[in-house]
Amino acid sequence: MIACRDAVERLWSYLDRNIDKAQEQELEQHLGLCRHCCGELEFAKQVRTKLASTAETPLAPTARERLHKFVQRLGER
Amino acid sequence: MDVHAAAPEARPSFAALVEPHLDYLYAFAHKLCGERTAAEDLVQDTLVRAFRANESLRNRERPRYWLTKVLLSASTDRWRKEAPHENDVSLEDERFSLFDTLVEEDPLPYSDRLHLDFLDLFDDDNLTTSLQRIHAAHRTALVLAYVYGYKAREIAELTGTTTGTVLARLYRGRKQLEKALWEYAKQRGLLKGESRT
Repeated sequence: MIACRDAVERLWSYLDRNIDKAQEQELEQHLGLCRHCCGELEFAKQVRTKLASTAETPLAPTARERLHKFVQRLGER
Repeated sequence: MDVHAAAPEARPSFAALVEPHLDYLYAFAHKLCGERTAAEDLVQDTLVRAFRANESLRNRERPRYWLTKVLLSASTDRWRKEAPHENDVSLEDERFSLFDTLVEEDPLPYSDRLHLDFLDLFDDDNLTTSLQRIHAAHRTALVLAYVYGYKAREIAELTGTTTGTVLARLYRGRKQLEKALWEYAKQRGLLKGESRT
């Protein structure tokens, strides 16, 4: 069985579906027996969810207006 | 109806092409540079570059993807001129595990969902500030992949590198992010008994 260190290194790639089948099977075998790495996997999911939740940074109305005018001026050239 | 005469009118104007993407461009720029004025400046630089290449933009089916590429080009030019910041996370920190550190340090002793509560300490601004402590190329890969959902091969195409390099940047960026979140929480007094610095 692979070591915890190797398993943890693969977790995000596993969630990204960026590892090959053999590595995936090794990892899943490890996760089936290792509570610590299951915790790491769950935490990795939570961090990813946190990052995804920040996709929309509100654009202040004044900034939107400035950018809108900037685009209009560019279009008039 | 004269189709040939109508064709130029049927083309969307530059404004019509980019206006629907202004909020996205600003949010993306803010994640990359961490500061609202700089983000607006970067979006304006992006718009100028996009305008100069307007004809190629009109021919593309994915204007948002193309605008992302223009913005990345503009931001990369800026970062080449930037000196490292004193709060940058060292590349030697790649073996750091935030999961383990939280268990060992137990910074939220009354929490029964320690890891989730730690992440809840970070609002959008705190998280964006923490991202600025990560190497620019790694931060860019992280934001593209995990904030905006681009695939590794798309990030490679957007940033002009190989998929292998993107995967390496994502790995290093993730480890740096873990360290950056921990250090930021400690330095900003988000944890028990920590004083602000």
